[in-house]
Amino acid sequence: MTIQTVDVQRLEPSNTPAREARPGLFRRYPQMTISPAILVALLAAWWLASSVLGAPAYVLPPPQEVLQAAIRGLSRAPWDKASYWYHGGITVWEALFGFAIGSALGAILGLALSHWPMLGKSWYPYIVGFQSLPKVALAPLMVVWFGFGLEGKIFITAIITFFPVLVNTMAGYQAVEPERIELARSCNASEWHLLTKIIIPSCLPFLFAGLGVASVLSILGAVVGEFVGASAGLGMLLMQYNQSMEIAPLFAVIVLLAVIGFLMNYVVSLFERRYCFWAQRTTATARP
Amino acid sequence: MRTAAASVDLNTNRTSALIAARGLSKTYAIAGRADVVALKNLDFDVFDGEFVSVIGQSGCGKSTLLKVLAGLLPYTAGSVELNGKPLRGPSPETAVVFQSPVLLPWRTVFDNVLLPIEFRQLPLANYRRTTLDLLQTVGLEDFAQRYPYELSGGMQQRAAIARALVQDPRLLLMDEPFGALDAMTREQMNLELLRIWNQSRKTVIFITHSIAEAIFLSDRVIAMTARPGSIADVITIDLPRPRDLAVINTDRFGRYVAHLRTLLNARGGMF
Repeated sequence: MTIQTVDVQRLEPSNTPAREARPGLFRRYPQMTISPAILVALLAAWWLASSVLGAPAYVLPPPQEVLQAAIRGLSRAPWDKASYWYHGGITVWEALFGFAIGSALGAILGLALSHWPMLGKSWYPYIVGFQSLPKVALAPLMVVWFGFGLEGKIFITAIITFFPVLVNTMAGYQAVEPERIELARSCNASEWHLLTKIIIPSCLPFLFAGLGVASVLSILGAVVGEFVGASAGLGMLLMQYNQSMEIAPLFAVIVLLAVIGFLMNYVVSLFERRYCFWAQRTTATARP
Repeated sequence: MRTAAASVDLNTNRTSALIAARGLSKTYAIAGRADVVALKNLDFDVFDGEFVSVIGQSGCGKSTLLKVLAGLLPYTAGSVELNGKPLRGPSPETAVVFQSPVLLPWRTVFDNVLLPIEFRQLPLANYRRTTLDLLQTVGLEDFAQRYPYELSGGMQQRAAIARALVQDPRLLLMDEPFGALDAMTREQMNLELLRIWNQSRKTVIFITHSIAEAIFLSDRVIAMTARPGSIADVITIDLPRPRDLAVINTDRFGRYVAHLRTLLNARGGMF
């Protein structure tokens, strides 16, 4: 039997006026047009200040010198200990490893503390207390505990990335629509199904907000860890260049760190687009 | 017009009640405050294949009643039997359509409809055909692989109805499912619901605060008083089926409306 159906369309009127001027190139693609223009302007100002106005090179090295230092550092083979690839690789490894541990623990504990309110309430004061502690203050201790190897840097990165993920996961759990839980209960869903088919997916937009913050913080953790004592890594390079007053390579490493941080965040946002395509970007992001 | 709660419907020979409530009461105990009586001493039956609406003003406990019947809320006194057995928690014979569609945004319409089957851990393969048929029934066959945000409000609620029907329940509980829709869409959805009900002949308990909607859809209308919620009257709607929108303009329909409005107004105002 065929059934005739009436397609129920949305009835609200379109809010675009009948005739609208086509917006200009800048308006349509500000990231493709205006953003690069800002970069060019900043570089020009930098060049003007250093090369034309004559700011001392130990304060502000000219951009071309920084570029040369970057090329020198990047043109060496990755296994060469003078290469930025080598040190960058170590820093990224520390950051990624710490990020993986910290955010995994943050997500799992965030779910556990929310799912069992007794657990959450009893641990809450300690979480708040530890969260208000500046985590970088622990960095010197890492050298005592773990020495100059990678473990200490991974540890501090894990601690730093743990909190934004924890806090966001807990916020996400709180925000699960009660109707979704009622739906699951009305279908006699098991606790496991409730968790895996309703709660965790509902938390994903919040989790990704936390991961975005954590991805940037992970580089911070690794670099701070290297500051207090390391035999390799971009943070260690920064300290070396600082002591030897090699300001142009110092700038090059800073730029490199910025690029790495940007890329980490970008990768997270790619995953977010893949797994949270359905989420409207209206979810509150609880920042640490 | 009044029907005694436990009487036998004369039009058909339905003798066994699918739902039998006796002295059903629900009291919310709130720490530090006086108890709130949401439902007080409800006696009613709902027979197999019947479409029964529950009408009352906001806060009269109709949503509480629905959640109690769905097994989502425990009742505090009296008894409810579902198909002759005392009601304890959600039953596989019951499906709920909520006020909002509650579709999971990360699942396609098709996968949303299959969700109850996953929850009940039934073999999914056996239900794919059913799901496609149901999507056709609710007019969403072209939207199976779309996501909920690509659908209008009315289409989302139709998907929710398909999801409720996929488990082939005996009892369908609907909690003001069209309350959030605009008037035009709502009329359309009422027609569609009657068409679907005609095909499936599920037993339906339909919560609403629209008098016209209740009369248009139902075999019987349970009118509730507010605070504490109790039954004011049960009215048998003797209008021929299948019904179309023209029935709204008949004298008999108007008399039912007038009667229900008087009844509900007498108990504290409505609309």
